Amino acid sequence: MAIVSLEKICKTYHLGSIDLHVLSQIDLTFKEGEYVAIMGPSGSGKSTMLNLLGCLDRPSSGRYFLGDRDVSILDDDELSQIRGQRIGFIFQSYNLIAQLNVIENIEVPMFYQGVTERPSYKRARELAETVGLGDRLDHIPSQLSGGQQQRVAIARALANDPLIILADEPTGNLDSESGGEILVLLDSLHQQGKTLIIVTHDTNVARRAHRIIHLLDGRVERIEINKKI
Amino acid sequence: MVWFRIKRTIKLGAKSLWMHRLRSTLTTLGIVFGVCSVIAMLAIGEGASQEAQNQIARLGSRNVIIKTVKPAEEQQSTADDSTMKTYGLTYEDAERFRATLSYEVIVPSRRINQQVWYRNRKVTVEVIGTIPWYPEIAPIEIMRGRFFGSIDLHYQHKVCIVDESVIDEIFIIDDPIGQDIKIKDNYYRVVGIVTAVGPIDTTGETANGIEPQAGPSRSGEMAGGIMGNVYIPLSAFKSSFGEISIQMTAGTRQMEKVELQEVTVKVPSLDMVLPTRDILEDMLASTHKKKDYQILVPLELLRQAARTKRIFSIVLGSIAAISLLVGGIGIMNIMLATVSERTREIGIRRALGARRRDIIIQFLSETVMLTLTGGVLGIALGSLIPYLVERFFYMPTVITGFSLILAFGISGAIGVAFGIYPAYRAAWLDPIESLRHE
Ligand SMILES: Nc1ncnc2c1ncn2[C@@H]1O[C@H](COP(=O)(O)OP(=O)(O)O)[C@@H](O)[C@H]1O
Ligand SMILES: [Mg+2]
Repeated sequence: MAIVSLEKICKTYHLGSIDLHVLSQIDLTFKEGEYVAIMGPSGSGKSTMLNLLGCLDRPSSGRYFLGDRDVSILDDDELSQIRGQRIGFIFQSYNLIAQLNVIENIEVPMFYQGVTERPSYKRARELAETVGLGDRLDHIPSQLSGGQQQRVAIARALANDPLIILADEPTGNLDSESGGEILVLLDSLHQQGKTLIIVTHDTNVARRAHRIIHLLDGRVERIEINKKI
Repeated sequence: MVWFRIKRTIKLGAKSLWMHRLRSTLTTLGIVFGVCSVIAMLAIGEGASQEAQNQIARLGSRNVIIKTVKPAEEQQSTADDSTMKTYGLTYEDAERFRATLSYEVIVPSRRINQQVWYRNRKVTVEVIGTIPWYPEIAPIEIMRGRFFGSIDLHYQHKVCIVDESVIDEIFIIDDPIGQDIKIKDNYYRVVGIVTAVGPIDTTGETANGIEPQAGPSRSGEMAGGIMGNVYIPLSAFKSSFGEISIQMTAGTRQMEKVELQEVTVKVPSLDMVLPTRDILEDMLASTHKKKDYQILVPLELLRQAARTKRIFSIVLGSIAAISLLVGGIGIMNIMLATVSERTREIGIRRALGARRRDIIIQFLSETVMLTLTGGVLGIALGSLIPYLVERFFYMPTVITGFSLILAFGISGAIGVAFGIYPAYRAAWLDPIESLRHE
């Protein structure tokens, strides 16, 4: 069943007199539980696409269905709501909030959904344990290694049990060992039935996915199906 | 749930303010000084008007008080030291007042500071010679016994009425009623005890001293060691003390003849106070060659107090307004800096589901927490100022609960007023750009 579908999505930036077509005529669907990688050279529109999928941005034209809702017509508050409830973000640079500790960082998305104190703490603690940080609950980000920070970010992305998890170069800032650990963690999420969309440069990362979407100059160049899985 | 949100928001705000505690403290100084001025302004204003109200209650709002004053030229002529100076209000004046102002209560009085004895104990009091209607114009109430009557006045009976405070000094355990006390050369029988009613005199002025700014205030003890009043019939006063007093000034003797020190006129209604004052003014001006009298209208103290209040309100109000404005702008400036420093955090929060209004609440509450902290510091510091004013400038001050609440409210309002723009700036940042922000 398709939980995400893009219909003729375009994203155009108007820079003075020039129109920059960052994404043009994208038609794609993603199925529930799918593991998809998006690849392409720098500037090909990968991040822009991920931002659209994550409801951080709105397309210039085209329609975007998330679950059964057309989110391309929603206003800012509704988009915020969707982001909080249905999307889990994992960023290249972790993007934890510096003054909050591990537990508090994981609790942030739940806070904006109005989860009360006790369930919020309980869930954050469970997630921290799941990603192997049960003994670091009150550490702040600067006291953690890059790999640990990214694991906190993954726990945070899972907090509201989202429909899709979006990761933009999640291992881009990590050495191969901790990057490997993160990939193992993402694999396990997939095994639990989560829908994962990962932007990456790295073919080793992309190899783990069912499908690899290659972007070039804002268009889908080709889609590669991974037969080994 | 709401409580949890509030708790979280406060915790977060406190955390980031604490992270920049020096900056936060410096930023709030404007608010601190502004709030200080507000507290001081209100305390001094309230003090002035309560003081005036006390004095009016003490002196009687419907009273016009005419006092004998030593005329100015008399004070300067020191060469001629043997002649008798005659000045001041006379019985004739009092008669004339009575004839003209038929419907008012007119009470003449003479006063002298004198030691009085009971057995072997003495106390200095103000002996007031007056007429039976004195209680109508003075804030006193007869506790026991009686005030003297017309017959006492007519026959110069040696009777007296004493203040409660005097009793404590000399009678100790004896029942004063029926005892004789010695005033100058005569014994007077105590027939009544009076007590002061209305507000306590906090300025240390005796009831006839009306100038509100005069002298340091020390509550409890009256001016010049006077412990209270003793009232005797005016006729007895006259026969006992005569009308001539000898003043010893710098080695020269000066004889003075004064018939009455004071005449109090009580009018039936408040709106007659000022017209009566004018009538008396005219009457005295035409009958007295020298300006040897002074007319005091307690009601005017209210105006005086209002004037004091207005001056302080203008001065301190301007200081408050300027400090609060500058403080508010400083806070806005710091909050704009905070927003730009925390652009990335804002982007993260937006990506994780924060709506614009969540961001507004976060930054607005941080600003309000900052200004409320300033407000609390200002209230603490500002409460000391009235104390110092009272201590060193002898001005009464009153800090009301209302002024504290107002000051707290003002600091909160400043937080909202100057925090709203930075908060909106934060909320309207583009999430994608914020996330890219370094
Ligand atoms: N806000 C913007 N204004 C103008 N051009 C932009 C903006 N955001 C992205 N672009 C352009 O869109 C193109 C695609 O960017 P991006 O999606 O970040 O590429 P990728 O992630 O594949 O490297 C780039 O050429 C970039 O310069
Ligand atoms: Mg990119």
